[in-house]
Amino acid sequence: MTMNLRLYVTGGTPGSMRALRNLRAICHTHFDGQVDVEVIDVLEQPDLAEADRILATPTLLKRWPTPARRIIGDLSDPDRVLSGLDVLPLDPGGLTHGTATDDDLGNDKDSDA
Amino acid sequence: MLDLSVGTQLPLEPSGIEGLDQIGYGGLPRGRSTVVSGTAGSGKTLLAMQFLVEGTLRYDQAGVFCTFEELPDDLMHNVVSFGWDLPALVADRRLNFVDATQHPGDDFLEVGSFDLSGLLARLENAVRKVGAKRVVLDAVGGLFPQFSDANVVRRELHRIYMGLRSLDVTTIVTIERIEEEGPVGRFGVEEFVADNVIVLRNRLEMERRRRTVEILKFRGTAHQKGEFPFTIDPRSGMTILPLSAFELVQRSTEERVSSGNPELDGMCGGGLYRDAIILVSGATGTGKTLTVSKYIEAAVNAGERAILFGGEESPDQMRRNAAGWGIDLAAAEEAGLLRIVCRYPEEMGLEDHTIRIKREIEDFQPTRVAVDSLSAFERGTATKPFREFFIGLSGHLKLKKITGMFTTTTAMLGPGESPTDTHISTITDTIILLRYVELNGNMRRALTVLKMRGTRHDHNIREYWIDDSGMHIEGPFVGVHGILSGAPIYDFRNERERLDTMFETDRFNGRP
Repeated sequence: MTMNLRLYVTGGTPGSMRALRNLRAICHTHFDGQVDVEVIDVLEQPDLAEADRILATPTLLKRWPTPARRIIGDLSDPDRVLSGLDVLPLDPGGLTHGTATDDDLGNDKDSDA
Repeated sequence: MLDLSVGTQLPLEPSGIEGLDQIGYGGLPRGRSTVVSGTAGSGKTLLAMQFLVEGTLRYDQAGVFCTFEELPDDLMHNVVSFGWDLPALVADRRLNFVDATQHPGDDFLEVGSFDLSGLLARLENAVRKVGAKRVVLDAVGGLFPQFSDANVVRRELHRIYMGLRSLDVTTIVTIERIEEEGPVGRFGVEEFVADNVIVLRNRLEMERRRRTVEILKFRGTAHQKGEFPFTIDPRSGMTILPLSAFELVQRSTEERVSSGNPELDGMCGGGLYRDAIILVSGATGTGKTLTVSKYIEAAVNAGERAILFGGEESPDQMRRNAAGWGIDLAAAEEAGLLRIVCRYPEEMGLEDHTIRIKREIEDFQPTRVAVDSLSAFERGTATKPFREFFIGLSGHLKLKKITGMFTTTTAMLGPGESPTDTHISTITDTIILLRYVELNGNMRRALTVLKMRGTRHDHNIREYWIDDSGMHIEGPFVGVHGILSGAPIYDFRNERERLDTMFETDRFNGRP
């Protein structure tokens, strides 16, 4: 049962980069590979943004499982992101991870964080 | 006419909305955003939509409609009644929708900072796809409840306006306001987009809805000041009735037409001017309707078309009245020379009456129009809208070189001046007064031509009488003055003269 997420970003803006890092960290810590993430740049694929009616970036779209949900912002609070995704943290004591740092960048490919 | 030669005049984009371009001296500032603000139901969305539709139809300019409150499907459905086939325009790639509404199932969560680049990218994409020159952001207030921080939304909206400006599109942004007066829009939006502001109002005046449009400001370009009435017409959408625009283009003609009464024609110096606005003022029973019927008959006899607008009586009653003086209106109608239109003034607002009357004129192409009575239209209306109604109507008649006769009802006796007369007399070209006069214990009738713009006319106050064949104007009253003030003063030089007048009186009373 793999979760399907879409992250809408705008080019390489700082907010978008932060969201990307934070999402990677969250997926790395809590999903253990059970998630598909598609990263979409609204400047390159505006038609997809149109179809998903995206207003804000970054927007994380939880497409599956239902209920669908939109999480707007740079995802700087992992616990709120997880609750937004209806996911319980993997390690019960691990509710205190910080936001992503630059070290987290570049460890994984975009699509299988 | 108007001086448009201001050196710094910014280029304008004609909106294509009737009247709006006249009060904007040509259109909306091109390549800029114009805020249209108004309370709920004031017609903002309609104006915005019409701006796009007219753009596609008249100027071959594609448009993008970005909606923040109503779903695109609903918007398309709402304007079907105006004959606007938006789905076809969308299929033709002349119109594009951007749906920025919050759908019922949408579940939002905010975690951290964000911007509205997604929306901007979609707008740019939509504009590029159809090559749009016009953009509408409808009800941007709808964006604020979707996000927790209003400051972010304001900042981002500003960024979007700047983005649109670089795309060289002319934009209308609609904003809802709470009250008819006060701040331009909610959420403090106007603070940074206030270069160009149009305000729509929808007030209740004397129990009637009165819609107005006002250009609050167009930066760097001239425009007419103040509020102008408009109406939402089922056939053509929003129609603004600019008043001064009519007065500026009127040209006068020397051509004369008959009033249907040779003696009256004589008093007017040889007939009525072809493009004259004639006011017939008198109390009940002084012969106003008769004057109108004769005037209509004269048109029909000359083979010209006429429309008779009634505000108090049914068409049947009007035909019967005329038949009493041997005038066959029904035959004229059958011959296609006359149309009788009766509508109760209370049926709709005066702006709508104006539109309907203009449409009848457009359809029937008459050379003469009569309104019997104009006073009926003034009942239950404030002075200003009534004046505007009359100015708009008379301006239109002049433009079309149509003779217009309007009747107004005065008090039975005394110094007869109806409120109607006071409000509109300056706009008319000719005023014919019909008055009751009490002389030596007898009720007699007096007629005078009070005003005849552009020509000499008979200044006498003449006696007239009415029989089955119509109105007969006789000589001037002699030896008496102050007739029209309601308190005649007799001035008999000798008894013989008085006896003469008495004899005259009997002569009239003795007639069948």
